[in-house]
Amino acid sequence: MGVFLSSPEAQRRHRMQSFARTIFACMTVLLILPVVAIVGLLVIRGGSALSFEFLFSVPLRGMTAGGIWPAIVGTVWLVGVSLAVSAPIGVLAAVYLNEYAGDSWLTRIIHLAIVNLAGVPSIVHALFGVGAFVLFFSLGTSILSASLTLAIMTLPVIIASTKEALSAVPLAFREACWNVGATRWQTIRHVVLPNSIAGILTGVILQVSRAAGETAPILFTGAAFFLPHLPQSVNDQCMALSMHLFTLSTQVPNVPPQITYGTALVLLLVVLSVNTTSIIIRSRVRRRRRW
Amino acid sequence: MVSARPKVQFEGLTVRFGDQVALRDITLDVRHNEILGIIGPAGSGKTSLLRALNRTLELTRGARISGTVRLDADDVYRLGSVSDLRRRVGMVAPLPVGLPMSIYDNVAFAPRMSGVRDKTTLDGIVETCLTQAALWDEVKDRLRDLGTKLSGGQQQRLTIARALSHEPEVLCLDEFSIAIDPVTTMRIEEVLKELKSTVTILLVTNLVQQARRLADRSAFLLMSELVEVGPTEQLFGREPHDRRTFEYVNGMFG
Repeated sequence: MGVFLSSPEAQRRHRMQSFARTIFACMTVLLILPVVAIVGLLVIRGGSALSFEFLFSVPLRGMTAGGIWPAIVGTVWLVGVSLAVSAPIGVLAAVYLNEYAGDSWLTRIIHLAIVNLAGVPSIVHALFGVGAFVLFFSLGTSILSASLTLAIMTLPVIIASTKEALSAVPLAFREACWNVGATRWQTIRHVVLPNSIAGILTGVILQVSRAAGETAPILFTGAAFFLPHLPQSVNDQCMALSMHLFTLSTQVPNVPPQITYGTALVLLLVVLSVNTTSIIIRSRVRRRRRW
Repeated sequence: MVSARPKVQFEGLTVRFGDQVALRDITLDVRHNEILGIIGPAGSGKTSLLRALNRTLELTRGARISGTVRLDADDVYRLGSVSDLRRRVGMVAPLPVGLPMSIYDNVAFAPRMSGVRDKTTLDGIVETCLTQAALWDEVKDRLRDLGTKLSGGQQQRLTIARALSHEPEVLCLDEFSIAIDPVTTMRIEEVLKELKSTVTILLVTNLVQQARRLADRSAFLLMSELVEVGPTEQLFGREPHDRRTFEYVNGMFG
């Protein structure tokens, strides 16, 4: 307490400053509290269920015993097929919007549509998927229908994150390329994409975890309640981790809690590991920054 | 080679950004193999004049261009390929930009984009252009380093080397010496005098003395209008045609 705090006004300022700082710190702790609680609960309750056997065997006795292998495989199928559709479309559309399209009423409408599409609740996506893919295109309840529904859900976010990665490349670089006679495509190919690809990948990978976690969009479009065999093609139905968790917790009586919690833990680990991958990519790139 | 027709012709060029007029009815010829100094206070339209020539002006939102700009006999606004035009017109912008690639690749970029693949040819272009831009000695041992990691002044010279790399017929320099120390500036000025034998140079500068040193003819722009153009000695002499030119070059306003 030095000479600077002698006046009452200075003391009041100092108190306010400590108070504000405490409030902000408390909010930050509040933020991580649920994360710690969720992970802790799942590890304590479901950790014991985790075993090689649990991961790689099929559910038995009306899902009250056995493992979750078909659900893991099903989730991989759904995420893989949906990204195979949404990543190329989303990235290419974003390149067009950011690098070619000017500012016109048409592009403004497209931007508005993308923002709104990102805000559509997942259950609405699910109903759209039923109407469009299952019924109208007669794809039936299948991996294809479910994946396309997931793709439509992830598409706007992929477009938005890709656009952000592209616009992080300074305009001055593009102008420098145009000044020496490079075409727009040459500029994109040799300067814009190489310097934004990491950001683009990060955005896409984050959508992997979102697609893996969603239940509603696959509920009516392709995810099966119980399917002891693995899917053979995109026309089959499949189980999925998120759907399986929903089934275990609400639809099946007498499931031992460690199976439910174990399933939740696996789903969480899948999502966390995917997110970690994207964080690692981002930090690697940050270290290699080229300007 | 040298024909009667000017290398570059601006005819009634008017440029507007929204409601603002950047250039009003500019008619100006640039002769083959001369250095034309373009002077004038900030906001007088010097940069817009250069950017109208290599057609980067139209990339600015709201820019409207009327009148004609000719390169040799070609109306640049009727050319099929903007890329070809920009290859013929080298541009050095005032802010240094090293592309996020190696120093070598920065200079080899334009030739590669126009299809040069041969390693020896590229090596030659890189050395020649970096030497002309007075940068070769400083970077010859680290051509693989990133261009973006060079100092501001070095990046500026890298920008000049890049503008020379596609062998332009016309070289537009917009405040090229803004980030460069006086000694290096002098070295580049010497190179410009040599380049004049093969290239036509438009030199926009806020340093009126630089125009005086280098330019064969000078043009004075003021408030979007061309006040006068003539031999540099005339503009800088006792009796330019317009009193405002005299006042500007002698630092009485600006």
